[in-house]
Order: sequence, then structure tokens, then C-alpha cells
Amino acid sequence: MDTNGATTSSAAGGGSTSKSSSKKHSRKPVYSRFTQQELPACKPILTPGLVIATFTIIGIIFIPLGLVSLSASEKVVEIVDRYDESCVPSDYSNDKLKFIQNPSINKSCVRTLTVPKLMKSPVFIYYQLDNYYQNHRRYVKSRSDKQLRSVSDEKSTKDCSPEDKTVDGPIVPCGLVAWSLFNDTYGFSVNSKTIEVNKHDIAWKSDKEHKFGSNVYPKNFQSGGLIGGAKLNSSVPLSKQDDLMVWMRTAALPTFRKLYGKIEQDLQANEKIQVVIQNNYNTYSFSGKKKLVLSTTSWIGGKNDFLGIAYIIVGGLCLFLAVCFILLYVIKPRPLGDPSYLSWNRSPAGHPN
Amino acid sequence: MARIRKRSIQLSKLCSFACCRSSSQDEHAQIGQKGYSRVVYCNEPDSQEQIRLRYRRNYVSTTKYTAVNFLPKSLFEQFRRVANIYFLVVACVSFSPLAPYSAPSIILPLVVVIGATMAKEGVEDWRRNLQDIEANNRKVEVYDKSSCSFRQTKWKDLRVGDLVKVCKDEYFPADLLLLSSSYEDVVCYVETMNLDGETNLKLKHALNVTSFYSSAESLKEFRAVIKCEDPNEHLYSFIGTLYFDCQQYSLSPQQILLRDSKLKNTEYIFGVVIFTGHDTKVMQNATDPPSKRTKIERRMDRIIYVLFSTLILVSFIGSLFFGIETNNDLSGGNYTRWYLRPDKTTVFFDPRRPAVAAFLHCLTGLMLYGYLIPISLYVSIEICKVLQSIFINQDQAMYDEEMDRPAHARTSNLNEELGQVHTILSDKTGTLTCNSMEFVKCSIAGTLYGRGMTEVEIALARKRGEQLTEQAPIDASESKKSFKGFNFRDEHIMDGKWVSEPQRDVIQKFFRVLATCHTAVPEVMGPDEIMYEAESPDEAAFVIAAREVGFEFFARNQTSIKLRELDPTSGIRVDRVYELLHVLEFSSARKRMSVIVKNPENQLLLLAKGADSVIFERLSKEGRAYEERTKEHIEKYSEAGLRTMAVAYRELDNDEYKTWEQEFLKAKTSVSADRDVLMDELACQIERDLILLGATAVEDKLQKGVPGCIDKLARAGIGIWVLTGDKRGTAINIGYACSLLRHGMKQIVITLELPEILAQEKEGDKEAIAEASLNSIKLQILKAKSQVTEESSTEFGLIIDGKSLTYAMDKNLVNSFMDLAMRCATVICCRSSPKQKAVITRLVKSVTGRTTLAIGDGANDVGMLQEADIGVGISGVEGMQAVMASDFAIAQFRFLERLLLVHGHWCYRRISMMICYFFYKNITFGFTLFWFEAYTSFSGQPAYNDWYMSCYNVFFTSLPVIALGVFDQDVSARLCLKHPLLYQEGVRNILFNWPRILGWMFNGLLSSIIIYFLTTNSITGPAFRKDGQVADYSVLGVTMYTCVVWTVNCQMALSINYFTWIQHLFIWGSIAFWYIFLVVYGSIPPTLSTTAYKVLVEACAPSILYWLTTLLVVIAALLPLLSYRAFQIRFQPMEHDRIQIQRRRPESTEYDATQRRLSESSEARTSSELPSEVRIRIDNLKASSKRKN
Repeated sequence: MDTNGATTSSAAGGGSTSKSSSKKHSRKPVYSRFTQQELPACKPILTPGLVIATFTIIGIIFIPLGLVSLSASEKVVEIVDRYDESCVPSDYSNDKLKFIQNPSINKSCVRTLTVPKLMKSPVFIYYQLDNYYQNHRRYVKSRSDKQLRSVSDEKSTKDCSPEDKTVDGPIVPCGLVAWSLFNDTYGFSVNSKTIEVNKHDIAWKSDKEHKFGSNVYPKNFQSGGLIGGAKLNSSVPLSKQDDLMVWMRTAALPTFRKLYGKIEQDLQANEKIQVVIQNNYNTYSFSGKKKLVLSTTSWIGGKNDFLGIAYIIVGGLCLFLAVCFILLYVIKPRPLGDPSYLSWNRSPAGHPN
Repeated sequence: MARIRKRSIQLSKLCSFACCRSSSQDEHAQIGQKGYSRVVYCNEPDSQEQIRLRYRRNYVSTTKYTAVNFLPKSLFEQFRRVANIYFLVVACVSFSPLAPYSAPSIILPLVVVIGATMAKEGVEDWRRNLQDIEANNRKVEVYDKSSCSFRQTKWKDLRVGDLVKVCKDEYFPADLLLLSSSYEDVVCYVETMNLDGETNLKLKHALNVTSFYSSAESLKEFRAVIKCEDPNEHLYSFIGTLYFDCQQYSLSPQQILLRDSKLKNTEYIFGVVIFTGHDTKVMQNATDPPSKRTKIERRMDRIIYVLFSTLILVSFIGSLFFGIETNNDLSGGNYTRWYLRPDKTTVFFDPRRPAVAAFLHCLTGLMLYGYLIPISLYVSIEICKVLQSIFINQDQAMYDEEMDRPAHARTSNLNEELGQVHTILSDKTGTLTCNSMEFVKCSIAGTLYGRGMTEVEIALARKRGEQLTEQAPIDASESKKSFKGFNFRDEHIMDGKWVSEPQRDVIQKFFRVLATCHTAVPEVMGPDEIMYEAESPDEAAFVIAAREVGFEFFARNQTSIKLRELDPTSGIRVDRVYELLHVLEFSSARKRMSVIVKNPENQLLLLAKGADSVIFERLSKEGRAYEERTKEHIEKYSEAGLRTMAVAYRELDNDEYKTWEQEFLKAKTSVSADRDVLMDELACQIERDLILLGATAVEDKLQKGVPGCIDKLARAGIGIWVLTGDKRGTAINIGYACSLLRHGMKQIVITLELPEILAQEKEGDKEAIAEASLNSIKLQILKAKSQVTEESSTEFGLIIDGKSLTYAMDKNLVNSFMDLAMRCATVICCRSSPKQKAVITRLVKSVTGRTTLAIGDGANDVGMLQEADIGVGISGVEGMQAVMASDFAIAQFRFLERLLLVHGHWCYRRISMMICYFFYKNITFGFTLFWFEAYTSFSGQPAYNDWYMSCYNVFFTSLPVIALGVFDQDVSARLCLKHPLLYQEGVRNILFNWPRILGWMFNGLLSSIIIYFLTTNSITGPAFRKDGQVADYSVLGVTMYTCVVWTVNCQMALSINYFTWIQHLFIWGSIAFWYIFLVVYGSIPPTLSTTAYKVLVEACAPSILYWLTTLLVVIAALLPLLSYRAFQIRFQPMEHDRIQIQRRRPESTEYDATQRRLSESSEARTSSELPSEVRIRIDNLKASSKRKN
């Protein structure tokens, strides 16, 4: 078109500099599907069919899943016994605090539990505390992972205050978590025959091997002015103190269970289990409950109806929505009240359904 | 030599001497005083005096930062953002025990985010630095006194006082005083495109006294001192005095050569450096362009404030409860929660001072819930925008083959604004039209010459429904001699045939005027090839036309113009020399130009060409012989969309000329403020009693694809205003040609060319005229408004001229005028000045509050481009000024369609989705923290490990968002263009209105509730694995976090419409990365990984419950959005939903066919029906949106 462009005025051909350079190389963008934004793509659209299909599929998968979980949870046998109230002698029932804080009073207490169904081994023993804030920021931070791990870091107790050191040197293990170690104990017997409680396999393997040192021994523990919870045998290394390790895995919520031990024998239905409880731990000052829990497990873990029910509810909701949409499309197939379909967007041939 | 001297004296008579004498008095008063203190010792840059003055070197730096100040300055820039300051404060406080998590985990993300932004700044500045280095190291020849010769030096080493030699087509390295040039009469030609965008050549001439220094030897002796003004930004003024040879000579802008302009048509010049580096006028002029922010960004700021308030509220609630709980720790003298040791506690948890603890806790809360504010939002948006603009630059559909120019996004921060344009304000010349002028017709002595139809005529004919017999490739045979700028076909005149025409004298005079009355400069390229450098393309077209007819202009110098023309009697081509006496230049106010020449027959002639109105009122009685018919023809021409000029001449009486010249020279050399007025008056005195010869018609060619593009934009509901300097008729016709005005449209014309106003103007009472005009405009506007409201179903086109516009802009009228204008589909403002263009743009912007886009190509559009929300420059032929001031540069107007409807729409959608999603994901995350807090007695313990949290925004959720912001498309480009109405989504801002934003936030809140409560209830409490272990704090954290990562990424998958492998990679990759991260982080020693140690491998992965919970929570958290979308598509589908679904349907092919038929017929009929339908639809939309508001 402008082969003769060069003969005319430069005003009409101001782009002359670019023209000459174009001979060398064009500035035309290089074609690729990427740069032209034409990559092959899947474009999911929520068409009625897809919506109905999605909801139906979710429903079909979720309801059976829920039923399976629910039945797994049903198979679990669980005994829960709250003992904090009943283990206080009646003359102290108005001043439980005095009872628990007086070391000279005998704290033992006997409870009888009835096994409702056959409990297959292993039966897990838990203690459950209520209204106990192991997740309080002050509490969670009050520990020293370094110190727990190796002897050489014995002195790193900066986060542990006020349970960091005594006049004799640093406390091992330091901090509020260790200091408040749970110290109720349970003894089990059936028909006067003591049941062995395995207290050795209750901590996480990683805790034993890596977090708690095998050459770190308790030192100056519970020797300060105020005694918190349990004392530790200072001749046993931390990596063998399972109770401590369990306790130091702080709970997520104020109501929590922690493993106490395992009973490695079956408990027959209707058996009466005698439990001798040393009710030492003070939950009375903050009105926390204490419960003893015996439970078997299934693949889903402990007794957990919530998951199954939640699955069934969500699945049911999806099926309900699917039905709603099916009805919507069957009964009222064409959208009404939409002005735009009256204008240019309407085509004579469009929307037969 | 003698001859040269004689010539220069002759020239100096015209300018220099007179200059000095008349103007020296008032200038002298100023020299040496404040503002006029600069002293330059010419040719003595090494002298003590010069060095003592310490003027700057010629080194120029345009970078924002230097190596030294980069760190502090760019950090300062970064922390001007509120959000960043917040994060900085948080980072500082994180070292105190107040912090809920460890300091490095909060500082690292901040460092990453700030570092990325600073790196971007740094790279940009480095590029500028490279440009500076290139400019500073250019070579220039500097005079070396010791060797009496020129040697090469770098630009940056130039000093004030240096003598330099600049050769043809080189740029001036600094502001120079012209001493002498290769021309005998010491003139030179300069192109100032880089300064003002004008491509025409400007003539500069040196003082006569310095003209002798035209060789290297003679310069050795040259000594002079210049005293002049201090550096300033006025390009067109200069005041100074040259002290030379014990004499004083005044200097004017005529002798100053400015940096960055280019020497043309002159072999070389010598000059003295006056201003260097940043003192030069061009650098003094360099101001940062106004920084523009998009509406979305401004709204985003407001959302951030909302989030800040939420943050403060949430922390306040938290600290309130914390205070109560802490207070309860001490009840009746007993410490309740003894395991916290409240008796020996710090101030943060002290039950004896719960208020203080609560207050300090509030600070902790502010840090903890800081995840509500997305730290990476700004940097992610910036990354997205840069990538988006790369896509704009790379779009092949916006590449212009002819010019070899792709589209160029000059700023990346306005991309999404492109999708919200409500009104386009367009320049006409060079934007809608090519600005390539073709001489097509002329009327000489009342006879029409030139056949052939213009494009406008074709469009008009089509509009009238005339069936055109396809113009046989008319010019196939004749066009072997076709030139750009010339499209004139007439066998009566061409090839010397004019000689046998009856009016041959007039024809001869007519073309002589065209060949002499101009400021073009010929450039002889070869034996038969002459190029012209002209001020405007019109002028070039005239000169070319004259040449083609046989009046070849081939040489000019300061005093003469040489033509080679056919002698009608002998039939031989002879050279004729016209002595050029004066040029009365063209200005937009004068609307005419004329030259005074002495022809070879020694006749004094005034040759003039100009706007018809101006020329006609200056005709003598006897010169009106052809007036009627010429007027008729001009009318006809302008109807056909042609630009017309009337051509006239006058023979001057010798005495009259002499007296006039004296006065004129005096006026010319005066420096008083009213110099221009004086000169105009004098020009008027001589430009009278003209004799009309005829009129020319030049076609302003429409750019390719303009009508189609405008039609599309109109169908997208974008209002288009054309602001042009043309007269009403031309503007209306161009309007029709490019389908701005359509057949079914009603025109509303607001004008002051009414009989009663004209009558008043003759009386001349200025105040009365103003008042009458104002009233008249008011009346017209009111009348038009009532008309528009009455016939609301028809489309209207408003046409208003510049003069009326000044009255319509009156502050009492402006609102009703804008109201009227907004109701019209098209507004054409004719006869508007550049300043008016900018004012109108500002008005449209402020009155409507909507996004405006200005598009233009010339220096006169710069104001408009900078004023508008978006300035689009056409990188056309009128230089780069508009492009430099623009935000986007495209090569052709028609690319605007794609830029707006495709890229604008996409970018708007992407950015708004992205921001909404950003808030969603952070609210989801932030509120799970809050719910957890509620179960820790608001103690400020975060639910997750520190490093999970700090990686949230940076690793697990950022890439999918960026992919969304860069790649998402609701519909393909083809469909965007096919359904322009889709664009209304952006104009009405329905993807980023408050309900939608709040909806997303609510969705986030809902997600967080579902995640928190489902997870805690499923996982905690009884054993979560077969081996009887229970879920502790770390397991709950991992499970919840897993659910959050899955949920937010799946929500993303649900809300994007375009899944390429990139999206798949990023979304599923982010989720996979979370697991990888857990494994890797969990395997480093427990003192570092703390609660994350082996948590996935040992605790979670073997638990079926963990996986089941994840599935349940994710699906449950997705349900609200899924069902909402399903219902929405069913009951209130959005435009893009509808198009997507239609595309899916099997019968869509049929639908497509109908659509195509409709659109084709609409184009053929210049769309009389369709747009009105669109109009109704848009009105409906507007009405509904109004109702909502």
C-alpha cells in the first residue's frame, strides 16, 4: 500500500525510524498458545446436569461412609466414670480444696465399674480432665525442648519461669507443664485379682527416641516452695518417663483425655472392676472434672459417633439438594423473571427445554 | 565569502539587527538580577571564572534511586502502605514476650514480600539507568583549543562554555547557542519531536556577528560571554545577552538549540553549551506523570480498612474475655488455675491487674489475627498485573504489521480499569482517521475538479441505501503514479491539460499559491524524487498536488522559493524564483497562513490559504466572483467528510507594503507581552481585499476497522465522545462514516451560530453577547433534555461546538449539560481546543464518577490523556508525545476493541476475583485461629505451629491465586468479542461490588466455622487411632490446617472457569506441597520443628480418622459456595454464565447462526435496530442497578 511512502513527506511517515529497524527484525509478538492465552483448557460449568450429578455423587458416597463409621464407633466399648465429686469424703464436700491440699489426708478411693460388653484387649485406660487449659499460652510456652533432649542444655530454661530453677540449680524438666504433672493413680482388680496395667507403651515413639533424652534425669524437680503435681523418680531417664511424655503432649482443648495405660487382657461382660484411685490431683480449685475412661478401639479410634453422623448429615443434605434441583428443572424448566431473555440474548431457536 | 556576507546582511535585515536594537532595553534591566544570573564564558570552559561558577556537568540521571539511597528510599516507599507498616510494627513487637509466635516466622514473610517488591523496583530502575548510560555515553565533537580541531567526547563530559559541532541527524547534547551553520545564511533546521511531538521542522538562525566562525580555525579566536536567565522549564522563551567584541547583542529563542531535538537538513552547526544536564530545558520540563490508581485498588484500600476494624474488634473481644478469665484466676483469695502459677506470674497474665493484662493481650491479639490482613496481597497483585501486561504486549491480534508495532502497556497498574470503561473520549484526527491526507478534489474558479468517491461518501451513500455500482478498480491503470497524500484524478487538469482549460490563468495562480504558500522544505532524494518535510500532512498534500499538476517546488532557502513549472505559452518547463519576503504563519486562532513574495515579474503578491470562513470575510469586492459557487462546493466537500481550505491572493502595492513592513518588523522584534496581538493585528492589516481563487478538498482517511470497532464498543454499552477541532459538518460526517451516528439516531445540535446571536455579534457588545449566548445555550440544553426524556426509546447523538461548550461548562449549567450528555449515546464536540479536551475529560470523570478512557495520538491530546482515568496513545504518525503520556499504546484505533472487550474484561475479572478470593482465604484462616482462641480462654495461643502460619500466604495459597489473576478467562477472546454486552459486568462493577465482597467474606467466615467445629468434634476427645492415642494440640493443628489448605484451594478450583495445566499444577501442587512441607519440616530436629516433629508421618497419616475428617470438612466447607452458585446460575445467571451455557448447548450452532445473521445485517444497515435493543437492555440494567443502590 505504501510502497511509495518514502517519496512523501515525513510528516505522513513519522514512523520512519521504526520502519527501517523492522527490516532487521520484526517486533511481532511470537506466537505460542501460552502468550496468546489459548492454552487448551477444561472449562467446568455448573450446568444443571453437573450440579445434580455432583450432589448425588457426594450423597451416595457420604451416607455409606457415615454408616460405616457409625457402626465402627458402635463396636467400641467405653466406660466413663467421673470420680472427682464422689472421691471427696462427705465431711470435706463443702471444702474440697482443703481436702485436696492437705497432704496428710488419705486420698485413696474405691470405685466399682461394670463392664457392659466384652472388651477385647487392649483396653485403653484414660484420664479425662475438664476445664483444664493445657492450651493456655502461658502454660504451653512454659517448657524447654532443648533441656528435655540433652543434658548439655540443662541450663536453657528461659521460658520456664517461674519453675525454671531452684537454689540448687536448674529444674529438669523445667516449666509449668512438667511441674503440673497429673498424679492420680489407678489400681485395677477384678474379683480381688489385680489386673496388670501396661504403662510403658503409651507415649509416642518419637517422644521417646528424640524429644526426651535417654541420659537426661530429673533434677531438683518438685523441690521448690510449691509442689505442683507428681514427682518423678530421679533415677529413671526422661525417655522412660511415659507419664511425663504423655502429659507434656499438651492437649488441644480444655476437655481432654490422656492415656494412662493399657490393660492387655479381655474384660468380660458384666464383670465388676474394682478401681483404687489415689485422688491427688487438684482440679477442685478451678472446678474441673476428673473422669476415668476405659475404652477399646476400632479402626476409627475411640467411640466417635460425631463423624458418622456428620457424614450422614452432609450426605443427606447433598441428596436433598440434588432432589431439589431435579424438581426445579423438571417442574420449572425455564427461568422466569429474567428480563435479559427478552432482549437480544433471546434467539428464536434457543432454549427448547 | 563576499557573497556570503552580502546574504547575511540581507537576512539580518529581517531579524537579527532589528532584534537587538529594539528589545535590549527591557531585557537589560533583568540580566544579572535574580533569575537571570547565569554567565557563560564561551570557548573557555577551563577558565577560572567559569570553574568558579560550578555549573553542573552534562551528566543526566533519570533514575528514581541511586546505589546509595536505594535501600532507605525504596524501603520508605514500601512502608507508605498502611498494611506494610502494620506488618513492620508486628515484626518489631514480635521480639517481645507479647508475641504469640516466634519472631523469625513473622519477619521472614515480610522480608520475602518487601524484598520482591523492592527487587521489582530495582529492576525497573536499573533499566532506566541503562538508558541513562546510553544517553550519557553518546559521542559529540568538542572543540579543542590547543589543537584547533574537534575531538570526540562523551555527552556526560560536556561543560558549560564548550564549543561543540553537531552534524546532520544528530541530537543536541545540551542546550546550545547557535553560532554558525553549514548554510551561508547561518540558519539550521531542527526537529523537536521529542519535546513537543511536532514533526515539522523549525528554523533557527544564529546572530549575524557569530556567523563568521564557521570553520575550526576561525573558532580559535572566538571569545564571548553570555549572560542569561537561570535554568527554567519554558521551552519557547529565552532571555540573554551576548557580550562580544565590546558590544552587546540580545539573544532570543531563535538562537537556542534545545537538548533532545535533532538537527535536520543541515550539514553541521557550531554551538556553545549554555545549559547542561539537569539544567537543560527538556530536563527541567521532565515531571513525573500523574500517578493513577484504579477504582478497584481504591476500593481495596477501603476493604483493608474494614479488615483492620474487624481485626481490632476481634482482638478487643478476645482481650475482653481474656481479662475476665484472668480476673477469675484469683477468686476469693484463692488462685483457681493453679497450674498457671498466677501467684508468680508476669504482667501479661497477672490476675491482680486484669485490665493491664487485657490491654497487653489486645496487642497480642492484633498480631495473632494479623492473618486477616493478607500480607502478600499487594505483591501478588503487582506480579499479576505485570504478567497481564506482558500478555497485552504479546497479543498478536493487537500487532500492527504496517508499523511493526505491538500493543504496549506502559503502566501495568491500570489493567483492570480497562474492563470498567464507561466513557471513551476520542480525538479524531490520527485516531479515528489516519491523519494521512490525500488531495482528492478542488474547486477552481467555480469549477469542480477531481472525481472519485471518498470513503465517507461511500458510507453516506450506503446509509441512504443507494446501491453502489462497485467502483471498478478505478485507479488500476492510473495508479501507477499514486502517492501517499495524493489521490486526485481528473483528466482536465492532469498531465498539463489544464493549459487548455478556459480558466487557465486562475488554475495557474491557484496551484502557484499551493506551491509557494507553505513552510515545507524539499529534500531532493534523486533526479526525479523530491520529499517534503511539512508542518502538517495537509500542507504536504498541497505541495505534492501542485507538483503532480506541474508546479514543482524543488528548493527553498531563507529568502526564496524555487518552482519548476510549465509555461503555458511555450509549453516548456521553466524555473521560477519567488523572493520570499514574509511568512505570516498559521495558527489555530488565525486559521490561515499567507506569504508575501515577489515573483520573477517583480510583482509583490500576498498568497493566502485558510479556513473558508476566515478567507471569505477578507475578500475584496472584485475578488468575490466565484464566492457563491465555491461556497456551494465547500459545502458539498465537507458533507463528504473532506477538509477544505479556501485559496486566495492579492497583489500588493509597493508603498503600502513598505509602510506595513516597517511596522511589522518593529512588532516582530519587540518583546512586550502584546507582541503576538500586535503581530496578528498587523497581519490582518495586510491580509485583506483578497481575490478568491478556489478551494481545496483533502480527504482525512478513516483508519482501518474504525466503524466496526465503534459499533462493537457501542454495543458493549460504552459511551463515546469525539473531541475534535474540525468544523461541525466534517465532524458529523466523520461521525456517520465511523458509525458513531447511526441512521435511527436523533441529532441534538447545540450551537451559537444562530441568527440572533450572530446579529448581536455584529453589534459587538461583548457582555451582551456573552449573556445572550449563555441564555441561548441554557434554553437549548433544557429543550434537548425534555426531548430526551420524552422519547426515551430512541437513541440520541449530541453535537456541540467548542464555543457553545465554553458556555455549557458554566458552573450553573454544567450539571444539566452533563446530564444531557450522559443520556446520549454519542457526543461530538467539534471545534474544541486541546485545553477544552482536558477540561471536558475532567468534567466527565468527576460528574459521572465513572471510568473514562481518553484516546489520542498527538501532542494536543496529552492533557486529555493525563486527565482521564486511562490514557491510550495511538503510536501513529504524529510523533511520540501522546504515547509518552499514555498508559497504553496501541497502533490502531481498532485495537481498542480487543484491548477493552478482551483484555480489559479479563483483567477486571481476574483482579476482582483475585482480591475477593484473597480476603476469603485469609478470613477463613484468621477466623479458625479465633475460634480456637475461644477454647484457650483467649490466651493468645495460635492453633498452628508458627511456621505453618507464616508459610500460609507465601507458599500454600499464593500460586493458585496468581494463576487466577493471570490466566483465568470466563469466556474465550472470540466470545468476548462476540458478546460485547459481557463488558457491562465491568462497567457496572458487579464482580467487585460490596455485596459480592461481603459475600465472599461471609463465605470465609462460614468456611472457618465449618472447618473448626467439624475438625475439633471429629478428632479430639476419644482416641483418634486404633492404637488408642489421642489427638493433642499438634495433631489438631495439622488436621485443621490440612482442611484449611484443601478448602481454600478447592474453593479456588470451584470458582475459576479455566483449567489449564498451570491451574492444575498450582492448585494440586500447593496442596501436595503442604504434605511435603510437613514431612520435611517434621523431620528436622524437634528443638526446631517443635510441635511439628514427625507429626504427619507418625501421628496423622496412619490415622484413618485424619483422612476421613479431611474429606468431610472439605466437602462440607465447599457446599455453601457450590449450592449458592448452582442456585445463582439457575435463578440469576450472570452474563458470562449464560454465554458459557449457551456455548455448551448442542443447538448453539443454530444460535450462533442467528446471532451472526443479526450482526451482519446490523452492520449492513449500520445497525439501526440492534443498538436500540441493546440500549433498552442497558437501560434495564442501569435501572436495576439504580434500584439496588
